[in-house]
Amino acid sequence: MIIEALIAFTFVAALVTFVLPDRLAGRGAFALSLVPVLGSLYMWSQFDASGNALLQGGQTAFETVIPWLQVAGYEISWYVGVDGISLPLVVLTTVLTSLAIVSAWTPIQHRQSQFFGLMLFMEANLLGVFTALDFFLWFIFWEAVLVPMYFLIGVWGGPRRKYAAIKFFVYTNAASLIMFIGFMALVLGLGDSTSSFALPEIAQALRAGELGSFYGLDASTLQLVAFAAMFFGFAVKVPVVPVHTWLPDAHVEAPTPVSVMLAGVLLKMGTYALLRFNFTMLPEVAVEYAPLIAAIAVISVIYGAMLALAQQDLKRIVAYSSVSSMGYVILGLVAYTAYGVGGATFQMVAHGLISGLMFMSVGVIYNTTHTRMVGDMSGMADRMPVTTGILIAGAFGYMGLPLMAGFAAEFFIFAGAFQSTVIAGNGLALFTAAAMFGIVIVAGYLLFAMQRTLFGPFRLDTDYEVGPAPLHDTLPLAVLLVCIIALGVAPEIFFNMITDAVDPVIGGVLQ
Amino acid sequence: MTALASLAALATPLQAGQLPEWTALAPVFILAITGLVLLLIDSIDPDSTDSALLAGVSTLGAVASLAVTAWYLAAGTGQTGGEITLFADAIVVDGMSLFFTAIFTSVVAMVTIASYDYLRGHENQGEFYSLVLFAASGMALMASANSLATVLVSLELSSLPSYVLVAYLKKNRGSVEAGLKYFLIGALSAAVLTFGISLVYAATGSLIFADVAEALAGEGELVGVAGLGVLMVAGGFAFKTASVPFHFWAPEAYEGAPAPVSAFLSSASKAAGFAVAFRVFVEAFPLATTPAGIDWVLAFQILAIVTMTLGNFAAATQENVKRMLAYSSIGHAGYALIGLAALSAGGSANGNVLGASMAHLFVYGFMNTGAFLFIAMVEHWGVGRTFEDYNGLATKAPVACVAMSVFMFSLAGLPPFGGFFSKYFLFFEAIENGFWWLAVVGALNSVLSLFYYSRVVRAMWFEDPSGSFELGSQPVGLYAAVMLAAVATVLLLPGFPPVIETAQTVAATLFA
Repeated sequence: MIIEALIAFTFVAALVTFVLPDRLAGRGAFALSLVPVLGSLYMWSQFDASGNALLQGGQTAFETVIPWLQVAGYEISWYVGVDGISLPLVVLTTVLTSLAIVSAWTPIQHRQSQFFGLMLFMEANLLGVFTALDFFLWFIFWEAVLVPMYFLIGVWGGPRRKYAAIKFFVYTNAASLIMFIGFMALVLGLGDSTSSFALPEIAQALRAGELGSFYGLDASTLQLVAFAAMFFGFAVKVPVVPVHTWLPDAHVEAPTPVSVMLAGVLLKMGTYALLRFNFTMLPEVAVEYAPLIAAIAVISVIYGAMLALAQQDLKRIVAYSSVSSMGYVILGLVAYTAYGVGGATFQMVAHGLISGLMFMSVGVIYNTTHTRMVGDMSGMADRMPVTTGILIAGAFGYMGLPLMAGFAAEFFIFAGAFQSTVIAGNGLALFTAAAMFGIVIVAGYLLFAMQRTLFGPFRLDTDYEVGPAPLHDTLPLAVLLVCIIALGVAPEIFFNMITDAVDPVIGGVLQ
Repeated sequence: MTALASLAALATPLQAGQLPEWTALAPVFILAITGLVLLLIDSIDPDSTDSALLAGVSTLGAVASLAVTAWYLAAGTGQTGGEITLFADAIVVDGMSLFFTAIFTSVVAMVTIASYDYLRGHENQGEFYSLVLFAASGMALMASANSLATVLVSLELSSLPSYVLVAYLKKNRGSVEAGLKYFLIGALSAAVLTFGISLVYAATGSLIFADVAEALAGEGELVGVAGLGVLMVAGGFAFKTASVPFHFWAPEAYEGAPAPVSAFLSSASKAAGFAVAFRVFVEAFPLATTPAGIDWVLAFQILAIVTMTLGNFAAATQENVKRMLAYSSIGHAGYALIGLAALSAGGSANGNVLGASMAHLFVYGFMNTGAFLFIAMVEHWGVGRTFEDYNGLATKAPVACVAMSVFMFSLAGLPPFGGFFSKYFLFFEAIENGFWWLAVVGALNSVLSLFYYSRVVRAMWFEDPSGSFELGSQPVGLYAAVMLAAVATVLLLPGFPPVIETAQTVAATLFA
């Protein structure tokens, strides 16, 4: 029952925070958010699962099934559980939310109780997304994440916040609907082979080839249509070029702690769902269209990096580089090797931590300087040495410096992609080689931006007093950096459980 | 039925030999008697302009009626052992009539609680409350109608008080004009309906639904006359449910009427129209046996698609929040019409589709009433009616604005609110019964609706107030009603199983 307890506690904590007086809200929300952190760490320590939650032959941890309602012969239940793929993301969610709450103490100066309440409300729904194993339950959490995000961007964001909030809402909601229709078509196409919306049952029925025809579409066409609809729906969330345009707007307008959540956890919803739905349930289609998917991944990597290269705003640079990093995740998924898919999952966590670190340190600089423009400042290292140091460390993590989480993730993905045989004649290796150029561009724009903002003589085009950031701004950064290095030095703390859960996904795909 | 079955074990079922059969109509009687009692109370102090007593008694009456309805529903009255027919089969009490009565009485309870604040300072309050209750008893009777004559009488019983209620603010030109428009279109529609009924009678020689169905199945001599009659009857119901092509009165009436009346009309009165439409078309003109010439499903498919699309597109262009809600209410009539449009002769999922439509009307009863009552509260504060007037309202009244956001997102069909499930099941059952295009049009309309519903949310939370608000006193009754509706809208998501299961079970008996 620990998962229910975590989700329920977080919902209650959100309500409590919502009625706290503004001056107490930040501290109170942080204190409350430590409970889910401890809970998820406890789950990790007691974690005992093998295999994949959706495929047979494994055991899910902390599983609960309670029938909820029955409609037209389909059972909907409260069905939650975690496996090696979801647990790291649960831990990432709780840790990052707590840190984001601390990092919001300085920048959020009005309507605090509403802000922190919404952060916790979002956390509860995110936990639901990563643990739900019934499609309906999952979809409710999935959509419910949009509501707090809409308010967080729209109320506390920058000058163009209303536009960004609406764009985010309409884009991702429309995408969810298309995904929903795609998935429903699959369920109805399965006919009598499934009597519930439990994801494991559906995944196994699909893998067993029990899909029938539906409205005159034969099984293979139906598979393809559903795969495309779901892929589109999740691709918007990831986001993948060319449906990424909501992301920079949302990121730039969102306040820093919200950007941290957006890049750190919300984007992972997309790749997590891709792995759970498209790549686990319909592997044949994924393999058949591997060249196309790989091409989309590579374009995202390169194009995202090029866009980042062209930006003047530090936050925009980090935002676009997310597009590029998530491209690697898709490349790893499509490789269909233990290292590829495992590395992709690992990259979800690693990128969550690293992008969180980057956004937070840019936020700390912005809190002090009130600008994020590369051209407006230089020599920040003199005035904010600690923040600068951490920002550089984060940037190195992004570039994939060894012994940091980003390196481990990218290494796994590339290793997995080179082994892959999804495209005949080792074709994926070509795509991978192209994608690796992305690293060069990343290093280019990050070093360039660092060079201009952090080093050289101190200069700032505003008249603010610039000094070291307060301790409560710096501590979350330090915690994140420790996590990033820990995962880089000892990736096996997550990687073993991830490969446990990933192996069944790959099993039987490439024979 | 699991949750209800356990309740049923506690209650005494009303079946032959226990209570007299006429007590099956107790929910209707309670509403009507409360209406009369209100007139009596009002005669004691007719000039009072602040009457907690009137509001209290009418709320009590509605709640008592709701309680009896819920008890009957749980106890299986009219469900176990067959429906209860009264007055030479002119009236029938079964699960469906009780289900709809539950919707009407819940809405009436919320509306009367809210009216206490809204009407403060107005004259003729006794008449207001008693008219609401008379209209509600007419609606409850509509849900129980088993003869075309009862349909006509009960429909008029609910319509006539409604015309007066719309024009209740008699010193307000908008209100009077709206009342007149509503009355004229209502009179026209009633004439169309009456003519339709007489044509059906001419063709079949009966007014009782079952006999009409039998006669239609028997011989096809007057198919043309009967077909025209069916079409005109459909027109009469289109008026009551504010569906195209008899929808023109709705935005005018809802905008001009006092906001609690708009809530009442757009939730309860609409549901009543659907209650009687569902029963008439399923029982009197059953698809399976009517001659091929009377293919009313096609008519409803066209109506459903046109109604939802027109309602939603018109709502998207409004500048006035109340008008936007009025048009969106036309859009929701289009969704509910799927209950009739997605039926097929002998379709296995017919009961499920109709039940899903009823469940949607149930959820709609809470979220839409809540939204209009929020507008009533804003009118009470004197804030204004356009989106711009709502700017920054959340800084002054955050809790009420949370409730309004819940209504808006729920109306748009977004999880985690009740409207998500009700819309979802409606579309899902339509697909199951083979009408995927209805579901697609419905889903596209839902996406569009998110755009204009979120405008309200955006105005309240994102925008800065254009002027300074002085909200004045806190209207306790309005707040209570709005919060009640909001809590129900949220809890209807986890609590959806009994609603949908009851709805589909009682709907299935119509096809048995």
